[in-house]
Order: sequence, then structure tokens, then C-alpha cells
Amino acid sequence: MNRFLDTFFAPQVFARYLPEVLAAIWTTLWLGVVVIVAGIAIGLMLACLRAARKWWLTLPIVIFADMLRALPPLVLILLIYFGLPALGITLSGPLVLILVLTAVLAAFAEEIFWAGLTALPRGQWEAGRATGLGFVQVLIFIALPQAVRMGIPSLVNRSLAITKMTALGSVIGVKEILAVSSSAQAVSGSATPLTLAAIAYLVIFLPAVVLARWLERRFTWKV
Amino acid sequence: MTPMLEIAALEKRFGDTTVLRNIDLKVRRGELVFVIGPSGSGKSTMLRCCNRLEEPTSGSIFIAGRNIMNALSKDLNSLRLQTGMVFQGFHLYPHMSVVRNVMLAQVKALKRGEAEAKARAMDMLDRVGLAHKAEAMPTELSGGQQQRVAIARALALDPKVMLFDEPTSALDPELVGSVLKVMKDLKAQGMTMLVVSHEMGFAREAADRVVFMDGGVVVEQGPPEAIFGNPQHERTRAFLSRVSSHA
Repeated sequence: MNRFLDTFFAPQVFARYLPEVLAAIWTTLWLGVVVIVAGIAIGLMLACLRAARKWWLTLPIVIFADMLRALPPLVLILLIYFGLPALGITLSGPLVLILVLTAVLAAFAEEIFWAGLTALPRGQWEAGRATGLGFVQVLIFIALPQAVRMGIPSLVNRSLAITKMTALGSVIGVKEILAVSSSAQAVSGSATPLTLAAIAYLVIFLPAVVLARWLERRFTWKV
Repeated sequence: MTPMLEIAALEKRFGDTTVLRNIDLKVRRGELVFVIGPSGSGKSTMLRCCNRLEEPTSGSIFIAGRNIMNALSKDLNSLRLQTGMVFQGFHLYPHMSVVRNVMLAQVKALKRGEAEAKARAMDMLDRVGLAHKAEAMPTELSGGQQQRVAIARALALDPKVMLFDEPTSALDPELVGSVLKVMKDLKAQGMTMLVVSHEMGFAREAADRVVFMDGGVVVEQGPPEAIFGNPQHERTRAFLSRVSSHA
């Protein structure tokens, strides 16, 4: 039992690395927020463009969404971070992480919004058009609000998943929670910093999960 | 006098199937015209051509003397304001309160101010007996109430013609009466109405003219007494006897 505590909960190690892990929590948090906001906004925009049902818009959107959903994000991160410098383009670790995760979330969000839009009964569109509303007005005031509500549970899950993927930044030197604590583990020879990391993730994600549940309840309605 | 709604030589094909053939129909100002016929006879399609929810293959649709088939797509939205449409499935917007449902197109399509639109919405809801439900969500209403809100939503735009597409078909029998009463009130107030429906009793009682359609053509039309009492065509007789044996 003592050995267990020494390995995972050594108090001196705990105190020594706590400030660094706390700082890393902020990094993970702002990375997550940027990725979620940008990814969902881009996904929403893509779904709206796709709703125009023009093949020359649909085709690139579908290719983008399918590629980004099929590829493991880590592959993209390594490809861009280590590949682009050969072309003379050097991007910082956090920027690469943001670009890739945003694109991946945008791909999933686009599909979620699109699924909501196609699940909407045709009568909703017809009722709007019959009262003299144009395509864009029906989309904004009638279709999207319903599609977004339908998509909230999936969007919430995706957003949580993508925020956890900021841990992938540890392979390209982004000082987020996992990077900081695993280097602390290497230096200290104790697993305690990793325990700290686990606690840090819980501190971020438990409230997020609770908030997510509230959101889902708040924005669903009986049909 | 120019009819309020005139359908001339209307034709509609879906691929190789012709669902409407050479339809001619006039609805005068203040008239209630009832369209009956077996399912698949094209009556709903015809109605949906009147505001171009369904794009006619050829022919003309005149609303108050203006051919809406000549309208460019950007003018189509304002032309649609002249026809109010009521659907079988109500199609209220479930994410908005009742009064917001009635206000939306007033504000966004007619460009009325919020206050004016709200006042107008309350008037219309009062007319269909649902002013007290203004703040309710559509899902909290019965089918009959939802349909009356849908009627108020259409009326709030001051349409010249009201189009009803089987407005009571999705309702429980005990809720039908409230919707028919609203329609009767509308007629008394001089609204021009084209109604596709299976409510034969209502047609007898309230319609100025009954049109019988079958196989995409108008088979015959006339005052309700004539159509129900003394139909001229074999197809009309067969349909009416089928319908009455179920009534």
C-alpha cells in the first residue's frame, strides 16, 4: 500500500509540480475553447453552404468531412508539424494543434448539423416558404435552430472528445497537461505527476460533462 | 370582375406521369370552393401549384389578375404573401411560442415592426379563439388548436386567398369541428378560399361550389346541391357512393 501511495501520490513530488500542471490546465483550456468555438462555427457554416444543394459546394465539403473524419488526428499533426518545414513553412506546435483539431471538429460538426437539417420534416421548409420567407430566412430562423437543438448531444460529445485530444500536443512540444506532467514524470522518476494530470483532466471535464447534461436538457423539447 | 384566383390550362408532370391535365378553375372574391376527389386525383398538387410550392409544368396561375408564373424567383416570396396556406400536418415551428409562430413571417417577410406584428398576431389568435395560448409552445396544444394557430399564422399576412390542404385530415374527430368553425367564420368575413378536403358535410353546408377531380382532371363542378344531389358523371357518382358508405 505504501509503495502504491509513493508511486502515485508522493506528496513532495505533488507539491513540486503542482504549479506547472496548473499552468498547463490553462493551456489545455484555452486550446479547447479556441478549437470548440472555431470548429463548431466552421462546421455550421459548411452545413449551411451544403444546404444550398449545389454540387460544386457539396462535393468539396463532403470530401473534406470524410477525409478529416477518417484520418487519425495524430497523423495529421505529425504530417503538418514535421512535413511542412521541408517546404519552408514552419508553424508552431500550438498552431498546428489548433489547425488540425479545429478542422477535425469542423468535419464532425458539419455532419451533425447536416444530419439535423436533413432530419427536419419537409413541411417546416414548406410552411416557411409558403409564408413568403426566402431560403436563407427559412434556414436561419426555422431550420437551423431545430437542427442545432437536435445536434446538441452529439456536438457536446464531440467537443469533449476533441478537447481531450489536445493531449496529442505533447508529441509536438505543446505545453499542455500531458506534456508537462509526462516530462515531470521523466525528470522525477515518479508517476505522481501523471496522477496530477489525471486529476487536472477531471477538474476540467467533470464540470464540462455536468454542463453538457444541463445543455441537453435545456435544449430538447418534446415533439 | 377578375377572379381572385384563376388557374388556366395547368399541367403538372412528375417525370413520365402526368398528375394534372389541363386544369381550369376560377375562384371569385369571397367564394369558398371545395375540391373533392379520390386520393391521387391531383387535388393537393393543384392546390400546391397555386403558390408554386409545386412548380407547374405549364399553364398559368393568376392571383388577383397577376400571373404568378411570370414572377422571377426573387419576386416569388412577396407573391406568396398573397396566398395563405394551411397544411394537413399544421407545420408549426416547434421551437417558437405560438405568438412567435404567428409573428415570424410578418416581421421577416412583410417587414412589420415587432409591436405591430405582435398586436396583429394577438388579433388573429383571438379570431381563432386561442389568444390565451399565445405564450404556449406548439407541442402543448391539441391538434385542433395547432391547426387554428396555423390558420392564424397565414391570416396575419393579410392574404388575398386562403388555400387549405386537407386541414382536418390529421385531426381526431372531436377536434375537427373547431377548425371547421374557424373556416366558416372566415367565409362569413368574406375571405376567398380554396379547400381540398374530405369533409363532405362541411362542403354541403358551407361551399359555394364543389369541384370533383379524378385522374388529374376536373370531372365536374357546380353548387354543392348539384354535385351531391345530382352528379352528372359516373365517376362522381361512384366516388360519392364510396365516400358516403364510409361516413
